[in-house]
Amino acid sequence: MTTESTIQFTPERLAEAKEIIARYPEGRQKSALLPLLHLMQEQEGWTSTEGMDYIARMLDIQPIEVYEVATFYTMYHVQPVGKHVIEYCRTGPCCLMGGDDVLAHLKQRLSIETGQTTVDGQFTLKEVECLAACGMGPVFQVREQYYTHLTNDRVDEIIDELSKQA
Amino acid sequence: MTKKILTEHINVPGIDTFDVYRQQGGYTAVEKALKTMTPDEIVEEVKKAGVRGRGGAGFPMGMKWSYLAKPEGVPRYLVCNADESEPGTFKDHYLMKHIPHLLIEGMIVSSFALGANKSFIYVRGELMYVIRILEKAIAEAKAKGFLGKNILGSGYDLELVVQPGGGAYICGEETALLESLEGKRGNPRNKPPFPAVKGLYQCPTVVNNVESIATTSWIINNGGDAYAAIGVGRSTGTKLISASGHMRKPGVYEIELGLPVEDFIYADEWCGGIRPGHKFKALVAGGSSVPILPANLALTLANGEKRLMSYESLSDGGFATGTMLGSGGFILFDETSCIVRNTWNFSRFYHHESCGQCSPCREGTGWMEKVLHRIEHGHGHQHDIDLLVDVSKKIEGNTICPLGDAAAWPVASAIRHFRDEFQWHIDHPTEATQPGAVYRGEMALV
Repeated sequence: MTTESTIQFTPERLAEAKEIIARYPEGRQKSALLPLLHLMQEQEGWTSTEGMDYIARMLDIQPIEVYEVATFYTMYHVQPVGKHVIEYCRTGPCCLMGGDDVLAHLKQRLSIETGQTTVDGQFTLKEVECLAACGMGPVFQVREQYYTHLTNDRVDEIIDELSKQA
Repeated sequence: MTKKILTEHINVPGIDTFDVYRQQGGYTAVEKALKTMTPDEIVEEVKKAGVRGRGGAGFPMGMKWSYLAKPEGVPRYLVCNADESEPGTFKDHYLMKHIPHLLIEGMIVSSFALGANKSFIYVRGELMYVIRILEKAIAEAKAKGFLGKNILGSGYDLELVVQPGGGAYICGEETALLESLEGKRGNPRNKPPFPAVKGLYQCPTVVNNVESIATTSWIINNGGDAYAAIGVGRSTGTKLISASGHMRKPGVYEIELGLPVEDFIYADEWCGGIRPGHKFKALVAGGSSVPILPANLALTLANGEKRLMSYESLSDGGFATGTMLGSGGFILFDETSCIVRNTWNFSRFYHHESCGQCSPCREGTGWMEKVLHRIEHGHGHQHDIDLLVDVSKKIEGNTICPLGDAAAWPVASAIRHFRDEFQWHIDHPTEATQPGAVYRGEMALV
């Protein structure tokens, strides 16, 4: 059973989705699954069940094939998230550069713990593993943007900047 | 100055554009390969070069290429592994971000050599901004006739697809990567069959790391013998090293293999020494998976000679006194670093990243993390150190893919070389859990 489609790609994203599906050989359209999940998350902010069912229909695969993938990989948010998702690197090299202390400051600044969203819905904090930027640690990522060489002051600046975004 | 093969032009303004890259001699390897060489001749040059897989395994690239099955009428694939996720490693990120055409050019000549008409670059999804850089570079190369149909009039067609991952370290393992590229969970496959026989879509496939593929242009232009003349012994050529931790100048450095570890750490050309006022305690030389070494063993072999940055020298002494070059993720620890805390951190990483297929890894990584967590947080039991060694031995060698070994080695090596530090945490829990507390007992700092 799949849910009624309340979510669908915008015309621009639909065109992009079709272009992505066409990249793979005939009959291998399932290869488009990870890219389409990214596209859905870019549009909706997260990957809802409705969104995943829509992708399953588009790729002519079972919904479970989408759910098992969306929950295996760490980048897909299968629960609603805040406007800005901060993905904070918690792995060794960043910690050597003071990552733990900066994370503690960030939690205090946002008044949330890892996995939570601020009451105003602005920020969700996630801890992630190595982001391949170890020489610039501590590091976090918000959407496609990497923020490097973090300090408590720098974190405050970034939160202020992001809070101002409409 | 060290010979630069990959990064010679990396600081040239605009090198990320086709025109500037071309002005610096870019895409000459494509011209040479497609107009004057046969695919077999290219494979031969790469074999002669002796270049070894730069993702971490160190398997000779030319040999891997020569295993590719070539059944009639079946497509063959080249897949570039740009899923760089090994803690301490960020060289491919650096290379693709700054000089994307170097990878595109390497993909073209490598695909031609392997007879692939559609090739993939699988990039970890977190690097979406790098994916956009690569896609722009591909569009430029296509517009100039270096990709697409009938490249440079040679009759050879190639399409390049950049595929984003979804966030999973395990997809750096080549068969997990192929599963992921087919739109599935990243569960490694049983081998055999190897990808060279049954890879992507069950077709013959070669999977190579970004840095490996990026070397091929230079090898085509200059010859395999010239490449093999750089480096030391069977460690030919140059290697990108990702330097992080407590050195003065972290960053990505291209070195000639064979450089003494001591020079790499202390010379101004590279890391510039330990950060001021501190001492060198330990080194992870090749990414979080490889055995950690105390400073003295990192710098010197058991026979007193200097240890070199090469596959052979870093592994000299086996796991008793040696380590591995791995991916070149060079993480330096000064005396303020707690080895127990770092080992727990790495264990948490492997537990988080285990795909869950094999019970020794799925369960074992969880137990190691749990036991290390309690030692680090002042609740360690006297038998915990032996328990960790026991669990690590039960994971090692008992899993489908090398993630199990990668999880076991950091724990086993940390205990091998820093056992007193673990014991101190167990014997002095109150002291050891004070903020910033670090074991200051007897050890060789440099």
